[in-house]
Amino acid sequence: MKILVCISNVPDTTSKINFTADNKEFDKNGVQFVINPWDEYALTRAIELKEAKGGTVTVLNVGEADAEPNIRKALAIGADEAIRVNAQPKDAFFVAQQIAAIAKENKYDLILMGKESIDYNGSQVHNMVGELLGIPTVVPAFKLDMVDDTTARLEREIEGGKEVVEVKLPFVASAQQPMSEPRIPNMRGIMTARTKPLKVVEPVGAEAKAEYVNYSKPEKKSGVKMIAPENAGELITLLRNEAKVL
Amino acid sequence: MSVLVFVEGLNGEIKKSSLEAASYGSQVAQQLGTSATAVAIGEVHEEALTKLGEQGISKVLYDADDRLKQFVADAYVKVIAKAAQQENAAVLVFSNSNIGAAVGAKLAVRLNGSLATNVTSLPKTDGGSFTVTRGVFSGKAFADVALTSDVKIIAVKKNAYDITSNAGSTATVEKISADLADTDFAAAPKETVMQDTDGGVLLPEAEIVVSGGRGLKGPENWHLVEDLAKALGAATACSKPVSDMDWRPHHEHVGQTGITVSPNLYIAIGISGAIQHLAGVNSSKVIVVINKDPEAPFFKAADYGIVGDAFEVVPKLIEAARALDK
Repeated sequence: MKILVCISNVPDTTSKINFTADNKEFDKNGVQFVINPWDEYALTRAIELKEAKGGTVTVLNVGEADAEPNIRKALAIGADEAIRVNAQPKDAFFVAQQIAAIAKENKYDLILMGKESIDYNGSQVHNMVGELLGIPTVVPAFKLDMVDDTTARLEREIEGGKEVVEVKLPFVASAQQPMSEPRIPNMRGIMTARTKPLKVVEPVGAEAKAEYVNYSKPEKKSGVKMIAPENAGELITLLRNEAKVL
Repeated sequence: MSVLVFVEGLNGEIKKSSLEAASYGSQVAQQLGTSATAVAIGEVHEEALTKLGEQGISKVLYDADDRLKQFVADAYVKVIAKAAQQENAAVLVFSNSNIGAAVGAKLAVRLNGSLATNVTSLPKTDGGSFTVTRGVFSGKAFADVALTSDVKIIAVKKNAYDITSNAGSTATVEKISADLADTDFAAAPKETVMQDTDGGVLLPEAEIVVSGGRGLKGPENWHLVEDLAKALGAATACSKPVSDMDWRPHHEHVGQTGITVSPNLYIAIGISGAIQHLAGVNSSKVIVVINKDPEAPFFKAADYGIVGDAFEVVPKLIEAARALDK
């Protein structure tokens, strides 16, 4: 089975988020980048499926060279090869076009990625890729097993419940907890990752359709109002009369 | 040219988040000097559709095909695309639900439209541009996004836009039918299992959420969270360690890798407030933190706080909540 896992290079969850002085761009200074946590669920599940059923796992990132340490990390965790589309991701449509172009060329059986990225939180790319390729998309999935060589069984979250879906290969799925338990690369993995292929390709022509023009931060809270524990019931009165949320 | 709103049903009624989307869509239609139509799919009572007039919807297109009772993205997209074409829709509005975000993204490809999800503001339409604000960086920032295609698609963040109501106004309901083929149902669900909410509120739709953490000491104490939630008409939730230890199911886990919620009121009991947890709740309008550790980082993000033992504080809250005249 040929599996493609798409990963984003995102600011570490604990990063303080800042923007350039004109608020036009994200300020990368002093920010540690990691593999998008949701993509790690997809990556680990892909490696587990490969270990159980055979096949290959290819990691794909649409991004610039500074993403390569995290692409190598994905190889160290167990992916076989990597492709980096050498482009600054402009919007979800641009990224989806790049992934679809690679997928068309290489004919993967399964395309996996996280349910969203923790930076732009769009939840768009997986569905766009499925639509561009004309194959089903199952999102957001928290369980993925193969029924046989051609069919997978997934459980996906819906508001207020879950659905069980059986779908023929090829398809696109997004991953969320608890699809897998992300792995930490071991020394052997780190050493072998250095010799695994990381191909850099140029992007296909695709226009972005959403333009990020300005960033801002939420207004700071005015501070916490403390209530003595012995008067805890007073909180309910404040929530009704002052905060007006009850 | 019109505005088309996709509304989702649950147990025959329109979901609260879809009423927010309908109100938002009507306001956009007013801004653009046009009308707002809704499209509904599956099992929704006709009376609920007619009542969308109260949110400013003039007409509802409704596809009642039995196969659409369950959500199947490709089939839903086909119906909405047909409605968009029929209405010559320039703006499509969805709720930023799992379903809304999924069909929105597919429609963006099919209709060659620009898409913004997680949207928190009405569009600014000065000088021919069409710009909306959306939440980014897990609630730590906002981005203004200009949508540049002829067709604009917006998924409105839950609880970000109030439901407007013009009592007594009604919408007309018309049948719509897309030529659905078996291939549109290739990813149809085999089975749907709804959570047992014990007559309570579904977490993603909730206006009030009561959430518990390790400070509750064990699943046997969860009645404190449940009783307070019941008294307030709230949904229950938990932190990641709690679901990891199987005290509570994963679908209740809110946080960076769990569910993101933005209720009007989030009450955190015995949760210290790790940054990953905050990322899932920090766009709640009002945050209450109850923790016996005065140094718990969550107090910095809170509007109201009580330093105290949950086992002493929460029963007092339950008592006061039950005494509220609902």
